[in-house]
Amino acid sequence: MSLIAFYGAVVLGLIYGLMVLGVFLTFRILNFPDLTVDGSITLGAAVAASLIISGVNPFVATLAAPLAGALAGIVTGTLHTKFSIPPLLAGILSMIGLHSINLRVMGGSPNLPLLRQPVIFECLDSFGFVLRDSEFIISIFVAFFFVLLLYYFLITETGQALRATGDNEIMMRSLGVNTGRMKIMGLGISNALVALCGAMLAQKQGFADISMGIGTIVAGLASVIVGEVLLGSTRIIVWIFAVLLGSILYRLIIALVLRLGFQPTDLKLFTAVIVTVALISPFFKGYTEKIKGKFRSYKEKVKEKFKTGDEDLGKEEV
Amino acid sequence: MTIIGGNGAGKSTLLNCIAGVYPVEKGKILLGGKDVTNLPDYQRAGDIARIFQDPMMGTAASMTVEENLALALKRGRPRTFKRGINEKRRILFRERLLQLKLGLEDRLNVPVKLLSGGQRQAMTLLMTTLIQPRLVLLDEHTASLDPKTALKVLELTRRLVEENNLTSLMVTHNMEQALRVGNRTIMMHEGKVILDIKGKQREEMTIPGLIELFHQASGEQIQTDRILLT
Repeated sequence: MSLIAFYGAVVLGLIYGLMVLGVFLTFRILNFPDLTVDGSITLGAAVAASLIISGVNPFVATLAAPLAGALAGIVTGTLHTKFSIPPLLAGILSMIGLHSINLRVMGGSPNLPLLRQPVIFECLDSFGFVLRDSEFIISIFVAFFFVLLLYYFLITETGQALRATGDNEIMMRSLGVNTGRMKIMGLGISNALVALCGAMLAQKQGFADISMGIGTIVAGLASVIVGEVLLGSTRIIVWIFAVLLGSILYRLIIALVLRLGFQPTDLKLFTAVIVTVALISPFFKGYTEKIKGKFRSYKEKVKEKFKTGDEDLGKEEV
Repeated sequence: MTIIGGNGAGKSTLLNCIAGVYPVEKGKILLGGKDVTNLPDYQRAGDIARIFQDPMMGTAASMTVEENLALALKRGRPRTFKRGINEKRRILFRERLLQLKLGLEDRLNVPVKLLSGGQRQAMTLLMTTLIQPRLVLLDEHTASLDPKTALKVLELTRRLVEENNLTSLMVTHNMEQALRVGNRTIMMHEGKVILDIKGKQREEMTIPGLIELFHQASGEQIQTDRILLT
């Protein structure tokens, strides 16, 4: 892989890292597989892009995106907690609804180019950095900032209550925590991070696209899992850091796979396979042992058969 | 106060109604004179502490000993954006854990899932007393422990209840325990309290006497083994 491709993949990994932190928060901390992210990443991109095009300062536009994302998460959380809709279905409903909303935000066109528009990555131009370096500096700064912020949040009293809600909801209610509100808050924070990722992504790639969110949740899960395999720890700071690292590594893997000659359109299948393998590996472990066990007992049976067979033979001879 | 009764007598339902987990169709629940009938469970938690039968239910498994204690330190109180654990709290936790005599004071950073059921139940008891509740609900909290551990946890319960002067309701299937622990026993049958034994009558009560009383009060032959053995 060329250095430029490597560099590009790392920057993408850092930007997508924000989304992965969001997925980590819902999937791992709240134990809530949240499909809203497929819609809210596009929402973030759409909000930022359309605001920038209408002349709003790119920083303001970028900060508006997480607000919209948080709203989407709150909708999903409310559907789940107030109306008892299962997590997956609540997420799907938000995601589908967001598809129409995103098109509205983008003024009806499925693609919003940001050509010759000011973006946040240009803010270091006056310091003499080329665009590629500013992208790297800004994305690494933002990613680390949110890793630390998320860590600090998760060790506050409120953050601990949020973690415990995902761990043991009944206990937390008996300790006086409105667990429904905790979940809504968690989903809001998560989708705010995802939308911020979308906003930065749109500015990095130079457009917002209605289909850019498809499969985000699976890519997020893949990154979380890759990170955990790499740096497995239940220490919360290591865990969050591992997840960011997972995001970078995942983008590097994707870049490598493309170099191997796969089509970009094959990537979704590739990601799905990664996540599937990771999810079924515990079962697979059981299976291999079962198969071994069966083989062993079969061998013993065969041995026994031969033994009895010998005896039978012996008897016949007598 | 101990609560006994056969399966389906309504003991756990009573506790769940008091805690606010089940909505009440008729009647009122008063706590220290305050009507709490329409408050959700999490809004009653400041006054009511609960300990479950399953030792896994009282603690958050993936979190550490000190984190669990920090969670309990805020029972029924607003949770802020300050750090959940600081040096001052750590000293308090260590001090309290020392009372358990389980050596947990040196294992503050251990995830709770690595502890045994008995240790976890003892921790839950301690978590209950970190903030003084007005009422403690114990739902067969020793039932899923081995006899030796169960006895230890029961002893600890008695000590914490007496030391902290806690009003508690304890559901049990063990008749001997029901008479020995606490200072009042009620027996439930088909959703109603059919016996209320306290004072001198309770001191002189024996298990056969209790069974006889049940027979008289309910007009039914008691299924002794069902009560005793479950």
